[in-house]
Parts: sequence; C-alpha cells; structure tokens
Amino acid sequence: MSKYAYFLGCITPNRYPGIEVATRKVLEVFDIKLIDMKGASCCPAPGVIGSFDMWTWLVVAARNLSIAEEMKSDIIVTCNGCYATLQEANYFLAQNDELKVRVNNVLKGIGREYKGTVKVKHVVEILEQDIGYETIREKVSHPLEGIKVAVHYGCHYLKPREIRKHGNCEQPTFLDKFVTILGAESVDYKHKMMCCGAGGGVRSAKRELALEITKEKIDSIIEAKADCVVTPCAFCHLQFDAGQVELTQKLGRKYEVPTVFVTQLLGLALGMSPEELGLNENRTQIESFIKKLYGY
Amino acid sequence: MSSINEIIEYACTIFPKEYVKAFKVCIQCGVCVGSCPSGRKTPWNVRKTLYEARLGHIMEVLSNDNLWNCTTCYTCQERCPLKVPITDLVRILRNQAIRYGYIKEAHRKVCENLFKYGHAVPINDEIKKIRAKLGLPEIPLTVHSYPESLKEIQKLIEKTGFITFMEENK
Repeated sequence: MSKYAYFLGCITPNRYPGIEVATRKVLEVFDIKLIDMKGASCCPAPGVIGSFDMWTWLVVAARNLSIAEEMKSDIIVTCNGCYATLQEANYFLAQNDELKVRVNNVLKGIGREYKGTVKVKHVVEILEQDIGYETIREKVSHPLEGIKVAVHYGCHYLKPREIRKHGNCEQPTFLDKFVTILGAESVDYKHKMMCCGAGGGVRSAKRELALEITKEKIDSIIEAKADCVVTPCAFCHLQFDAGQVELTQKLGRKYEVPTVFVTQLLGLALGMSPEELGLNENRTQIESFIKKLYGY
Repeated sequence: MSSINEIIEYACTIFPKEYVKAFKVCIQCGVCVGSCPSGRKTPWNVRKTLYEARLGHIMEVLSNDNLWNCTTCYTCQERCPLKVPITDLVRILRNQAIRYGYIKEAHRKVCENLFKYGHAVPINDEIKKIRAKLGLPEIPLTVHSYPESLKEIQKLIEKTGFITFMEENK
C-alpha cells in the first residue's frame, strides 16, 4: 500500500466535498492511502494571492510543503490551482538557494523549515502513472457505455509546460484516454482547450467576464451533445457548476450541463453510487446524466 | 513612481534572472493577444501592455483596470515564439499595481479571508452539513480545525509585510 499526503486546499473541502470523498474512495480501491495534512491552509491561490504578493504566496506555500515534509509523504492535490502553487514553489526554491534561505528565515519564526524533499502530484498523474490505465480498466465493473464526455483539462494542469512536464499542452490526450477506458466516449468540441474563465482573480472581481468565457465554453459543449463535462480541477468544477447557475439567472435560459470530477467518474465506473460520490450535491442538475447512465 | 527596472528587480527576487529578462526580447508579434480568451471579449491587450511597460509608461499600465482581466491561462506564454514569460510578468505587474493602491474590493476580501481563516474560500454551514452527510468530518482537518495553525499563517503574513501594505492602501 502506498500513501500520499492529501493537500485539500479550499474549494475541494469547503465547496465540493464530493470531490474529496470520491478521491479518497476510489484511491482506496487501488490500495492508495490518503493522509490528512493537519493544519494545511490555502495553497495560496496562484492567480489571486500570486497576483497580489509573490513573496507571501511563496512563504505560505513553503509552509504547506513543510507539513508534508514532516509527514515524509509526497503530496496529492485535486485542484489545478493548488497543483500550480505547490509545484511552482518547489520549482523556484529548488533552483535558488538564496531564495530558500530567505523563505526559511521567515518560516523559522513559526518553528518550521522548508527542505524541498517532497513531490507534488495531481490525482490525474497518480491515476495515469502510479496505478496505470490498464489496472484501472481491469477494475471497471460498470462501464459508462453510451456516455459522451466533454473533457476539460484545465489550464494549470498543463501550463507552464516547462514546469508541469506533461508534454503537449495544445492537444493533450491522456484524459480522453482515461474516460475511454471507463467505457465512455470523449467528444471533441470547439473550445476544448479554452480556460474555464475563473482563474487569475477574474471570478472574484470580474464575474461577468468569467461567465462570458464559461458561456462560450459550455455552448460548444452543448453543441457537441456531451452528457457531462469532466474536470480534474476543483476550481474549474466550481466555475462550471456554480457558473451555470449564474448563467441561467443572468440569461433566463437554462444552462445545465452536469459537471463531474475525474474521480467521481471513475467511482461510477467502479460501481459506486452517485450519492456516495457526492455528485448530487452539485448546484447544477445531474439527473440527465444519471438517467442516461442507468436508464431511469 | 515605479520604473521598469524596479519591476524587473522585484521580479528577480522570486523568479530566475534569465527568465525575467526575456521580457526585453518581445518583438510585438501579437501571438499573445491573438491567443487570449479575455482579449477577445474585453479591451485587455497583453501585447500592448508589455510594450507600454517597456516604453516606461508604467503608471498607465498599473492603473489600467483591464490588467485584471487576465485569467492566467498561460496560453500566451506557451505560444510566445521568444519564450517571454508573459503570464508571470502579468502577475508581477499586478503585484506592483497593488503596491500603488490599485486593488479591487473583491480581491481585498480574498486577502482578508486568507488572513482571517487561512483559506481564501472558507467553509460555511451548508457545506458542513454536506460533509457530514458524505461521512467526512464536518470541518476539514485543515487550518480550520487547528487554531495554532491559523496563528502560524497570520504570523507569516504579518512578517512578509503583506498585511501592512494592504492596510495602508485601504
């Protein structure tokens, strides 16, 4: 059995706990134990706190990393924002000793030290690389036959390439493969690689603009006749799910494409119920997807 | 009055020097603005922003509200033929804008949440109920469950000077 320190961040535990519960449950099936990072904080968000004060962003990120270092565990995240912050903090600190000394001078004041001894992994990497798609395929008991999925990678999972090292960020394929091994079909759509609209503090301070981007994206998902949009990022998940409620209110016509997190989709293929995966706690309806899946 | 050299110097305290200096090699080809999701919908023009910053029109750049339209999607940065770290430069310019008092109320609230709760997006009663229903602890075992951890965060934020200049700019 392998273990990871689960860095929850903000959106996963405080807005979409279904993502947390689904991630814990599906990884348990593959003998991966997730341990809580007690006292961990906001990552802090790369596009907001990172846009306000890089130094504070880095110091708070280093504190979070130091918690996992004490646990001697690599980190798992379920949000692309947390992924960006923690991975980039590690990256910039690894190549600048002077910066590391400065960070540790601040951390000393709270009795902590950043060493740079843990890796930061996204749950998608763990599914693809630690477990492997073939192993996952063998465990699929309820293939998602007939389900059309619009895959959304999320900007910060792929970019900047130099740090993420997942290769091609214009036409990635690994999430498409993932939904395929679960028995579903990945449908191509016009704005597949477009941002969800929420990042960089745009959702918090420029909601109208965030929604315009989300609308364009969702319109193309509807055009492709997808049954759901699948994300690997809690923040994109929030933008699609809550954003569609906001679009519906704003435009007076229904935006209701079900939003499903990658581990929730996997949970369904492993035979778990939508309720235990927290899918019905979404704000946008999920019934059309459930009906297509189970035929009732 | 901020200068471009001051901004580059600030950026170099976090990012590698060579990385930041690539700023100066921009040839204004416009691939960035052509790739920008916000640029299609608003007057936000990342190419022009970099140009004006280089010309030394710093205060115009920092005071321009459109600077906050970037979602930090990194499409421009990835497509830049000269590898200018455009998105990270936008974040650096925003750091400077904040220092000159250009901060939006919604963003100040995010900062206040981080200081007050240790989470930019804190828990609420509705989510506590959902967590319990899903068999999770009502309050996650993050800084929300550990007051001593929250004190650590607050100490760090005081030490970095962040809270001071947020207060000063009120």
